Amino acid sequence: MNEHAHLSLHVPEPAVRPGGQPDFSNVKNARAGAVPRPDVDAAPETIRDLAYSIIRVLNRDGEAVGPWAGLLTDQDLLTGLRNMMKLRAFDARMLMAQRQGKTSFYMQHLGEEAVSCAFRKALEKGDMNFPTYRQAGLLIADDYPMVEMMNQIFSNESDPLRGRQLPIMYSSKEHGFFTISGNLATQYVQAVGWAMASAIKNDTRIAAAWIGDGSTAESDFHSALVFASTYKAPVILNIVNNQWAISTFQGIARGGSGTFAARGLGFGIPALRVDGNDYLAVYAVARWAAERARRNLGPTLIEYVTYRVGAHSTSDDPSAYRPKTESEAWPLGDPVLRLKKHLILRGSWSEERHTQAEAEIMDEVIQAQKQAEGHGTLHAGGRPSVRDIFEGVYAEMPSHIRRQRQKAGY
Amino acid sequence: MARMTMIEAVRSAMDVSMARDENVVVFGEDVGYFGGVFRCTQGLQAKYGKTRCFDAPISESGIVGTAIGMAAYGLKPCVEIQFADYMYPAYDQITQEAARIRYRSNGDFTCPIVLRMPTGGGIFGGQTHSQSPEALFTHVCGLKVIVPSNPYDAKGLLIAAIEDPDPVMFLEPKRLYNGPFDGHHERPVIPWSRHELGDVPEGHFTIPIGKAEVRRQGTAVTVIAYGTMVHVALTAAEETGIDAEVIDLRSLLPLDLETIVQSVKKTGRCVVVHEATLTSGFGAEVAALVQEHCFFHLESPVLRVTGWDTPYPHAQEWDYFPGPLRVGRALAEVMEA
Repeated sequence: MNEHAHLSLHVPEPAVRPGGQPDFSNVKNARAGAVPRPDVDAAPETIRDLAYSIIRVLNRDGEAVGPWAGLLTDQDLLTGLRNMMKLRAFDARMLMAQRQGKTSFYMQHLGEEAVSCAFRKALEKGDMNFPTYRQAGLLIADDYPMVEMMNQIFSNESDPLRGRQLPIMYSSKEHGFFTISGNLATQYVQAVGWAMASAIKNDTRIAAAWIGDGSTAESDFHSALVFASTYKAPVILNIVNNQWAISTFQGIARGGSGTFAARGLGFGIPALRVDGNDYLAVYAVARWAAERARRNLGPTLIEYVTYRVGAHSTSDDPSAYRPKTESEAWPLGDPVLRLKKHLILRGSWSEERHTQAEAEIMDEVIQAQKQAEGHGTLHAGGRPSVRDIFEGVYAEMPSHIRRQRQKAGY
Repeated sequence: MARMTMIEAVRSAMDVSMARDENVVVFGEDVGYFGGVFRCTQGLQAKYGKTRCFDAPISESGIVGTAIGMAAYGLKPCVEIQFADYMYPAYDQITQEAARIRYRSNGDFTCPIVLRMPTGGGIFGGQTHSQSPEALFTHVCGLKVIVPSNPYDAKGLLIAAIEDPDPVMFLEPKRLYNGPFDGHHERPVIPWSRHELGDVPEGHFTIPIGKAEVRRQGTAVTVIAYGTMVHVALTAAEETGIDAEVIDLRSLLPLDLETIVQSVKKTGRCVVVHEATLTSGFGAEVAALVQEHCFFHLESPVLRVTGWDTPYPHAQEWDYFPGPLRVGRALAEVMEA
């Protein structure tokens, strides 16, 4: 006879399900300005606490406080606000376009605009991002034309990717945006390889890897950390913790680890946790990590604590797995409203100008959409040629593909 | 011209490529200081420095994934996967990433990488050191798949692969590293130093990817093989006395259909030989193409001689590995039909 009690499996559950009261008591909302800002060459073992706290700059009153503040001018911040507003307006229009059947699929950034928009500002021309599907702000903040993005979403005759990719899976080498894969985490280790190459060639450019909280469970995430740590690659390893991997809450992928940022500690990689809804904090931390990489001090891991306000994608219904009011209870607020409040407090912005800017931006997005739709949408108007199916599999078309193209009549 | 083993030829190809193009980097498990478990990279780190030839963590997906990133940057990584059997953890990076980056980005990003991996059986490697996974790659659009059968081809094809703008899977039959093994395990293997295909130019030369080579002229039956099986097929032809034409495919993807069709139309009979398992193996593709293009010229059904549909066994290796006896039986069978 076995004298031990029977075992049972532990399956983590979020604090609340639909119908319940939202509960974010697990988010330790540290006071803005409270977390120290170490020198960029600080030894990783001396800053382990940064993997467990949350770096915040904007306080409840809209003031920028603490050692991570004061890095951006008013003009920088106004541009940042405008980028986030543009991304939000772009999302709204494209979501509607999907509902109207003009494209098959869309993924919005609602609530997460600060992460990609502020991060882009910390990079330089020539640096390379290896993004996921929720970092279009990297393109918006780098002034990539919205019409091109829409052409891609509509898979029309001007789609730069010739109708081959799912909507929102952009690619732009010129704008430091690596072609998006539908497979999760594959890009994370590729970013490390790109950064290693830059180091091998004694270049000055750095790479940024992007992943969501759920995808940190993929083995490529761990491979990337091994390679980044081993070769001290000039890469910024970003984890966007927006609390939800489709319907699966972040506690499933996180397991027993204290935080996602803490994953970096076992590899000797400096790890920071930042308020992902705070444009100033995101920028400050990204700049810190970029400087480390550029000074050949190796990788940095950053966890952005944020919240996915919208659905995972247009194929998802979040009301089936979380309380409808959960986003309102999110303790770190809305990134656009927080930056707006800060700029108003500084006297460089106003409610009136904000309302006016919203209208201007929406008009700009609508004009871009009209232009893009002039090239066609998924089921109407111009579309890429059937010939495009066969082109570009290889640099030079082999005879078996040429025979198939001819069979298809092209 | 020097006599080289296939190991030396592979090493020479990397050496020549690294000397000609400083963007060529070589990495993988144990390839740096030690020079690889088969010594294919021996001396390269000492010659080119440890940022051009270096050891990698034991993480095949990490190795291939970082190679893809390096290629996106502009380098030309030539990576060693220690055994073809170990590529499975990297399969996603190979088939869904490397193979498709050019296509999905419409040429915005490309992936000129070479993945070298020792393949096949015959060395008592058991089920995890003997596999022939080529069909898992030939099913994937965007990859090129090469299996050389001798040192001369190995060098010329590997240099071509490194210079190729697309991802190339370079499967090295490990049983051929030291000599042209003909499937007779009881006989000593003749070293490459006593074989004319061991004559390999020391400098730069390439063999075009996608071109097969007729190793033996014949009129009675066409035997289509690659890698170690080329030598087994040649032996079977000699031992049976059947006037077989033996085609060494060298490149499986793209495939030299023209050479195959020309030969089968001449002989009217066809046997395909490979080490990998039968069902859905590459032989099925070849047999289907022969049927499609040569049906009215065929005088007997196309036969396949392959490994069995089981994992590769250790102790019964010689009963698994297709030898000249089994190939000879197939030749006799198609001749009787």
